[in-house]
Amino acid sequence: MTNHNLSQYLTLFRLRFLAGLQYRAAALAGIATQFAWGGLLVLLYRAFYEADPSAFPMSLQSTCSYIWMQQAFLAIFMTWGMEGTPISLIRNGDVSYELCRPVDLYWMWFTRECAYRLAKAVLRCMPIILFAALLPTPYGLRIPGWSELGLFLLSGLLALFNIAALGMLINVSTFFTLDATGIRSLLTSAADFLSGGLVPLPFLPAGLGQVLAILPFAGMENTPLQMFNGELTGLAAVEALLLQLFWAVAMIAAGRLWMKKALGRVIAQGG
Amino acid sequence: MNSLKLYAEYLSLHLRERMEYKKSFILELFGQFLVSFSLFLSIYFLFQRFHSVAGFSFSQVLISFSVVMMAFSLAEIFFRGFDLFPQMLGNGEFDRILVRPRNTVFLVICSKFQLNRLSRVLQAIVTLLYALPRCGIHWNPAKAGVLALMILCGTVVFGCLFVCGAAVAFFTIEGLEFINIFTDGAREFGSYPMAVYGKAILTFTTFVIPLACFQYWPMLWLMGESRNLLYALCPLFSLLFILPSLLLWKIGIRKYQSTGS
Repeated sequence: MTNHNLSQYLTLFRLRFLAGLQYRAAALAGIATQFAWGGLLVLLYRAFYEADPSAFPMSLQSTCSYIWMQQAFLAIFMTWGMEGTPISLIRNGDVSYELCRPVDLYWMWFTRECAYRLAKAVLRCMPIILFAALLPTPYGLRIPGWSELGLFLLSGLLALFNIAALGMLINVSTFFTLDATGIRSLLTSAADFLSGGLVPLPFLPAGLGQVLAILPFAGMENTPLQMFNGELTGLAAVEALLLQLFWAVAMIAAGRLWMKKALGRVIAQGG
Repeated sequence: MNSLKLYAEYLSLHLRERMEYKKSFILELFGQFLVSFSLFLSIYFLFQRFHSVAGFSFSQVLISFSVVMMAFSLAEIFFRGFDLFPQMLGNGEFDRILVRPRNTVFLVICSKFQLNRLSRVLQAIVTLLYALPRCGIHWNPAKAGVLALMILCGTVVFGCLFVCGAAVAFFTIEGLEFINIFTDGAREFGSYPMAVYGKAILTFTTFVIPLACFQYWPMLWLMGESRNLLYALCPLFSLLFILPSLLLWKIGIRKYQSTGS
């Protein structure tokens, strides 16, 4: 990418980001929802902990910390919460206008998806983090060390790229099916489960966990959250980061190739 | 034409509309099935590890899971119009409803039937059939009747929650995400008997938003933990929730100003 090119995408990012920051009332309602959601999850895992503490695969504090960070950055981690404009553009034919712009369609949509999720997360994360940090010890947020925080930020960024790349695959599939709701809900709900969105991955059976650790989904949520908790450190953390990088590159490459193929045969659904 | 006939007419209209795009409908049915299946899987895997929670076994939790899932899906099928109500306000569609000579609640109910949720109902039935003989409850006609009552009253409560969510939109024009904790949240967390979340949540879901009334309390009676007949009839108590919901709706309509579009 040339310098001029890059600044284009930075502008695109800034525009979508600033637009995302406008919805403050919605953010407030969202924060309240996520407080309640996180609180209920903590209560649920406490009940399981009381039933059999020895069966817990990680400490109760790590589990609660996982839950609060998940809620704080839900806008990034929720696989199903895609930006949605590309799909409607493809469906109503307005994608032809997008193709007239002197930017690469893939990177434009990819940038927008990232900006949309990041703006939402920035608006919502702080109150949740602050509140969760004030809760009594096993139930609140674990305060991480600098290295854990650094790992989390790096891994979180890679998770964002992975999720956006998956979203782009779903977007491109719309060129072929036109009706994306089926595939979208199927893929996003599968990814939600496989990434640790419903149950932290260590709670799944060990054999399944080993398979999931290699798939691209773990890197969309479980990896950064485990790094934040200090459950994933040292060499294992480096390996996990490399795997995230690999999947991001692979899914972006696949998405770009597929999109090229799709644009070769695109028929604007006119009118 | 009386209301019942009109309702049947609307239902058949929506049904025929869906059948025009059979393939897409079947795909959606399949997708909906999988969405709720992942919720089932997470419960399954947690119980592989823990065997019981707050004194409830896997099969007993499945009773609560399937009752709530069935009630929620039925409510989505029949009362989905309220969930989409904020859009109806936004695009002025509601103005058209106001000039029709029928009850507004009735017309909003008729505006949308979310038929793709049928696959979730099916999943709930299958789960229930699996759990019924395994949960250690000795079934008899009275207990079967209470189970049916739980599902029926649950559907009404979820329907009322949709009405509340829609009524809130009268004041804010755009819907509030917070209502999700009582609808989607209730579906997710209602998979477990409410007592799992502790006393405060149990009290709240008994007397404020009566979710526990159609799962935890009658389940105690079904399981023989309590002989108190009040527990068995607890689902009927939850029907009182209709009153504040309709009141909120009435207040909302009185405040209504068209967006003009």
